[in-house]
Amino acid sequence: MALTKNQIAKRIAQELKSGDYVNLGIGIPTLVANYVPEGIEVEFQSENGILGMGPFPKAGEEDPDLINAGKQTITPLPGASYFDTALSFGMIRGKHIDLTVLGAMEVSDQGDIANWKIPGKLVKGMGGAMDLVASSENIIVAMMHTNPKGESKLRSACSLPLTGVRCVKRIVTNLAVLDITSDGFLVKEKAPATEISQIVKATEGSLIVPDYVPVMKLD
Amino acid sequence: MIRKKVDTVAEALEGIQSGMTLMLGGFGLCGIPENLIKALAASSYKNFCCISANVGVDDFGLGLLFGTQKVKKMIGSYVGENQEFERQMLSAEIEVILTPMGTLAEKCRAAQMGIPAFYTPAGYGTEVAQTKEIREFNGKNHLLETAFASDFSLVKAWKGDEAGNLIFKGTARNFNPLMCGASKITVAEVEELVPVGSLDPNQIHTPGIFVDRIFQGDHYEKRIERRTVQNT
Repeated sequence: MALTKNQIAKRIAQELKSGDYVNLGIGIPTLVANYVPEGIEVEFQSENGILGMGPFPKAGEEDPDLINAGKQTITPLPGASYFDTALSFGMIRGKHIDLTVLGAMEVSDQGDIANWKIPGKLVKGMGGAMDLVASSENIIVAMMHTNPKGESKLRSACSLPLTGVRCVKRIVTNLAVLDITSDGFLVKEKAPATEISQIVKATEGSLIVPDYVPVMKLD
Repeated sequence: MIRKKVDTVAEALEGIQSGMTLMLGGFGLCGIPENLIKALAASSYKNFCCISANVGVDDFGLGLLFGTQKVKKMIGSYVGENQEFERQMLSAEIEVILTPMGTLAEKCRAAQMGIPAFYTPAGYGTEVAQTKEIREFNGKNHLLETAFASDFSLVKAWKGDEAGNLIFKGTARNFNPLMCGASKITVAEVEELVPVGSLDPNQIHTPGIFVDRIFQGDHYEKRIERRTVQNT
């Protein structure tokens, strides 16, 4: 069975290490916060200006002065801090943020990422995505392996306008966990009940399949 | 003590003219100068170049300036959520320059701090890098980005005193402190304006030297763009 979006988030949550400051993008990445493993202490940053972001407020306790980068109402956890947006991107550019998780439309086997613009469609802007991918040392992409048309999102070269070049380190899709290596996408794990042939078929870029590929553990 | 207090919005906006470049604080609908935006929307001035993170929604925030066709050029980072803005962008009634959010913030801060330009890795290898100088530092490529040049900064703070000292609240801080002193004239509207000596100097986020005019706004709506609550 291919992974659901929540299962992709759960698998990515296994990458969290105690002490990590983490920036989660909009979409599947946001769900990662729901699956922080027990005993792991991390802090989530939202780039508009909060560290120590907590869950959504209870109904009636929303504060219009407290939102995340997706404009959603949020709450602070004990130890949280607020700051201006330049300081926030200083944390990102200065490599103080340990892990960035974001969605993508396409990733190339060199680690290029496209996630902000589709030619011919309405452009909404890159927000903080270009700053994040240009500066983070550790970038994990959360996405489906193919787009709704069934075309591969793991490509030899991105066909869409780029957000950043040679920056993605790891991809978690509904079919597999893959690392970006100098030889292309290296399959590290496969989803439960998924055949390697499915991963091969859904990947347009260079793919390296080791003799043994373990199955993802999701429990 | 240098007093910055003005009594009316009209006084706060004195000297503003059509065609000027304005920085407007806020992120989405959070921490926006509601009173100043409403006054601009109701004024006869137009053809502004606006620098702001986003474009508001159709009937609130920066959206009020698009609804009244006050803007000829928009420099921002994310411009979704506003249909009238989309229409004006698609029909080329307005020019739109999209800028990575961290770069946008730093271009404001650079203007405030007297730094004419800076290098950043954001946007290298993308269309944002077109026409920009590229330079390698420590094995990594960076773009040369310049400080903004702007006529008025219009910001919103939570509390302020008559000397122009400002305190922000929560994530309503966002771009506001970076725009103070980044234009020829900075106007701050606050929810609560207090006499000098009422604020603890230890707690000031933006010193009054960066603010030229301050007034207490009224009728704050503080609309929430995406009300999101826990499932219970």
